[in-house]
Amino acid sequence: MSEWISSLSNIHEAATPPIGINRREFIKFCTGVAATMGLAPAMSLRIAEAATKPQRPPVIWISAQECTGCTESLLRSTHPTLEQLILEHISLDYHEALAAGAGDHAEAHKHSSMHENKGRYVLVVDGAIPTKDDGIYCKVADKTILQHVREAVTDAGAIIAIGSCAAWGGIPSSGPNPTDAKGLGEIVTDKQIVNIPGCPPNPYNFLATVLYFLTFNKLPELDDKGRPKFAYGQLIHENCERRPHYDAGRFAIEFGDEGHRQGWCLYKMGCKGPETHANCPSILYGEVGSGAWPVGTGHPCFGCTEQGVGFTKPIHELSDVSLVTPPNSFTDIFQTKGQGVSVGAAALASGAVGAALGASAVIASRLGKHEEGTSEPQQTD
Amino acid sequence: MKRRDFLKAATVGVGSIGYTGSSQALMREPLKMPPQAVGMLYDSTLCIGCKACMVACKQANEMPPEFAGTEQRLYDTPLDTSGSTLNVIKLYKDGTREIKDRAQDGYAFMKTHCLHCVDPSCVSACPVSAMTKDPLTGIVNHHADRCIGCRYCVAGCPFSIPKYEYHDAFGQIQKCQFCSHLQAQGKIPACCDVCPTGASLFGRMEDIQQEAKRRLQAKPGDTYSFARGMLGGDQPPHEAKIPVYQQSVYGEKELGGAQVIYLSAVPYDKLGLPTNVPDYAYAAITEGIQHTLYQWFALPFVLFTGLLAAVHKSTKEEREKDVSSTAYEEDAS
Amino acid sequence: MSGYQPIGGKLFTKPFNLFALLALIGICLIAYRFIFGIGAASNLNDGYPWGIWIVMDVVVSTGFGCAGYALALTVYVMNRGEYHPLVRPAILAGLFGYTLAGMSVMVDLGRYWLFYNLLLPWYMQPNSVMFEVAICVLAYTVVVWIEFAPAFLERFGLHNVRRKLSKLLFFFIAIGILLPTMHQSSLGTMAILWGHKLSPLWQTQLLPLLFLMSAILMGSALVPFEGNFASLGFNRPPETHLYSKLSTYVFLLLGSFILIRLADLTLRSAWGYAFEQTTDALMFWIEMALYIVPFVLLFKRDNRSNRQIIFILSVCLLLAGTVYRLNTYLIGYHPGPDWNYFPSIMEILITIGMFSLEIALYLIFVKHLPVLHRAEAEAA
Repeated sequence: MSEWISSLSNIHEAATPPIGINRREFIKFCTGVAATMGLAPAMSLRIAEAATKPQRPPVIWISAQECTGCTESLLRSTHPTLEQLILEHISLDYHEALAAGAGDHAEAHKHSSMHENKGRYVLVVDGAIPTKDDGIYCKVADKTILQHVREAVTDAGAIIAIGSCAAWGGIPSSGPNPTDAKGLGEIVTDKQIVNIPGCPPNPYNFLATVLYFLTFNKLPELDDKGRPKFAYGQLIHENCERRPHYDAGRFAIEFGDEGHRQGWCLYKMGCKGPETHANCPSILYGEVGSGAWPVGTGHPCFGCTEQGVGFTKPIHELSDVSLVTPPNSFTDIFQTKGQGVSVGAAALASGAVGAALGASAVIASRLGKHEEGTSEPQQTD
Repeated sequence: MKRRDFLKAATVGVGSIGYTGSSQALMREPLKMPPQAVGMLYDSTLCIGCKACMVACKQANEMPPEFAGTEQRLYDTPLDTSGSTLNVIKLYKDGTREIKDRAQDGYAFMKTHCLHCVDPSCVSACPVSAMTKDPLTGIVNHHADRCIGCRYCVAGCPFSIPKYEYHDAFGQIQKCQFCSHLQAQGKIPACCDVCPTGASLFGRMEDIQQEAKRRLQAKPGDTYSFARGMLGGDQPPHEAKIPVYQQSVYGEKELGGAQVIYLSAVPYDKLGLPTNVPDYAYAAITEGIQHTLYQWFALPFVLFTGLLAAVHKSTKEEREKDVSSTAYEEDAS
Repeated sequence: MSGYQPIGGKLFTKPFNLFALLALIGICLIAYRFIFGIGAASNLNDGYPWGIWIVMDVVVSTGFGCAGYALALTVYVMNRGEYHPLVRPAILAGLFGYTLAGMSVMVDLGRYWLFYNLLLPWYMQPNSVMFEVAICVLAYTVVVWIEFAPAFLERFGLHNVRRKLSKLLFFFIAIGILLPTMHQSSLGTMAILWGHKLSPLWQTQLLPLLFLMSAILMGSALVPFEGNFASLGFNRPPETHLYSKLSTYVFLLLGSFILIRLADLTLRSAWGYAFEQTTDALMFWIEMALYIVPFVLLFKRDNRSNRQIIFILSVCLLLAGTVYRLNTYLIGYHPGPDWNYFPSIMEILITIGMFSLEIALYLIFVKHLPVLHRAEAEAA
């Protein structure tokens, strides 16, 4: 620990080689990151290149009304020496929880970094921002977080709101919200913000976004809520390992019942998977093996990444199964059924009717001749 | 009876079928809801289309899967109720299908199975009592061991529910029997049992009807506790907002009423339910006509007596002379 | 009054061979249906559980079969003895119409092996229109065989039995009039149960009356139709004078049928459906034309004694009845917008086979049994 903390105080020094990681493991990590973003494996080399550039991109991390869960989860990623990668390959110029320096020293350093890296630095915000009474409910260095954020936003190259609180307000903003806490997006409306919601968010979604920015110098594709599509493009329900149970109608009713023990679908217990966008079932959490995510451990998803679901809807409340387009495998109210006319059948039917009418016509015409006085009727059988 | 008088009487008799226009002079008394009727409320707005009820139905009734909807033989994909499927979730869709339970550019789900009519056409249609309505619970059951396979029930059902197994040389009629085998064990119908949202809700008919009314009376947007499984049963309810319902309960009056009633936010005809229908069963008309014509067999008997007299008189000569036979005898000899 | 006699002659003529072949094909396909099921042989489905097997072979065929009924009504109830020569061929038509209808029902029944359930008192369901029709048709089929029995008894020389039977025959004739009155009207009642599934062009509470009338019309039309065929085919003198008299009754009945039909449509305000661009409307107008043309033709008294015109209008009336029944049972029947039905080739071949069997049997019967009237033949 002391090693990387000490390195923080040397942030102006030239880049040092990654500590405790060989090149092979490093490329492996970069390939993993590329895969998270759905990039081609060859991209991992470009990511590695970007991550080891001598000029490390500066990062300013501002914490507002938060629990430090986002930082903690980032630190606890179990990839080899992940924290070191972060510290060695980005220049974390300001982070309240991680900085070795404090007080005026840290503040001064933040300002000089922002000044020097004008328009280049990455601003990361975690926690909701209180706005009531000019934001006096959260202050650092005698200034409200509101002021800090507005200041930092001005010259930032990219802005990332990490965690549900920063993304849309999270816990602090859900009722009664005494400080009128808001997400970063509501404070900063004139700049594109990348939201990485989650409580805490999956660190790889954050890392992948940062490395994408470093590699391509632009932001990954975002959805209408500012979330990277590679991570938040699909509903949890779509990739859930318990989905077959849902499809088969096998639902756990309460914790510990037979269905729960059998690993059945948790929908009836209030699982919000069907209305929550996240890649949890695909990349899991904490890298401790299969099943390491809420639904995998038997708890219904509570929708932390989705505004209006997590911290808002009661955990037991059923989710709205929102299908953007209903699946095609449903039968229509009026579904065409039954065999229509076939050419052969139509020909046969009209032939039969025609033959009957024809025979009648022949008879009729012969009868006509009879009437005219032909004496001998013809033998037709 | 003189022939002329008789003909007159016969004409009046046949004519008494009478033109009735919109009135139902010949209608027999509509059947009433049985005393211990059980029923189901299907609330389309609660349905999430998970098809759990279709799976449970197949299992409970030991029905084979059906691969009608897809090329691949992977999933049970019936197009409608059939000889292999008693219950189908269907989809109403319109335009961009954006919003659930909206008629325009929206979609809605529909559960199709037997409605267990109060005055069922199939029971009236069946010549051999293979379709029966339980006098207490009102469940419409089918007894294959009696059925002769005439399929008049298939044609006669206003909802086209009974289906015949055409693929089988020794097929039978299949229809939802409200899981009466499970009900006999004190359980509830499989579809209601598994329904995660209580969209299919089982219960005593009285309770079910009241529940439907309560939902209609509640204010849209208000939080409401929706029961699951059985009304008053042991499954925990869940809370959700009251949607904007169509302000009528389908199956309350339509065609004499049904024991499966529907609530929906889109018009019922969009869900394939016939809406332009009278509030009496067609069976009440056919049985009314039959009862008028054949009450105590009186009319046929009068007609027959007259016919007997007339024929007896006009064949007198024939009987006495026996002309035709002699003619042939001569010829043959 | 005089007797009937077989006309004799060669049996295996070209037409007979053709019809026998078609009947044979039909019978083979019926075997196929019994082995592989209804679905394999036909396009019947749950939307259209009744196809041409029921509509053509039963509903229409028994309408033709009402020839015996219509004539019995005229001869025995109206006491018009002069039509007597026409009775036996008419009863023969009834015999085939109903017997083959019964056979077709067995082909169509999904669970034919339980057919006897209809006769078990503890299963009987008297509220069912189908029950009434089934029992009546069954009973009438037996009665029509008894009515026709004299032909067999004469042929095989059982004159004692024949004499005894002729003493009782009036009873069977009376039943033979009662039963078709009951079930032909009930065939109409059956369609009332379909309610909104049947187009308002046909759905009316008068269906029983209309079906009864259409049955008598079809039966009456079959007599000159069959008679003219026989007269041409077997080189027999025409019985035009009898048909002319009969046509007066047909004229009155047809007139009232059309009147009731039009009045009913008007009172139910169903005319709008007749002017839509639908198959229903087209078939309705074809049906109407086929009823109105004979009516117009019969207006002129001279036409009633014109052999050709009588034949043409009998064809029209038979077609009218066929189309009316086809419309009520199939064309106007709409189980929903999502169902299709058109008979499969096998289905059509079975129906053709049934009608061919009817004609082939007719040829055998008239040649070997006393069916056609002798006196007239001698006069030729």
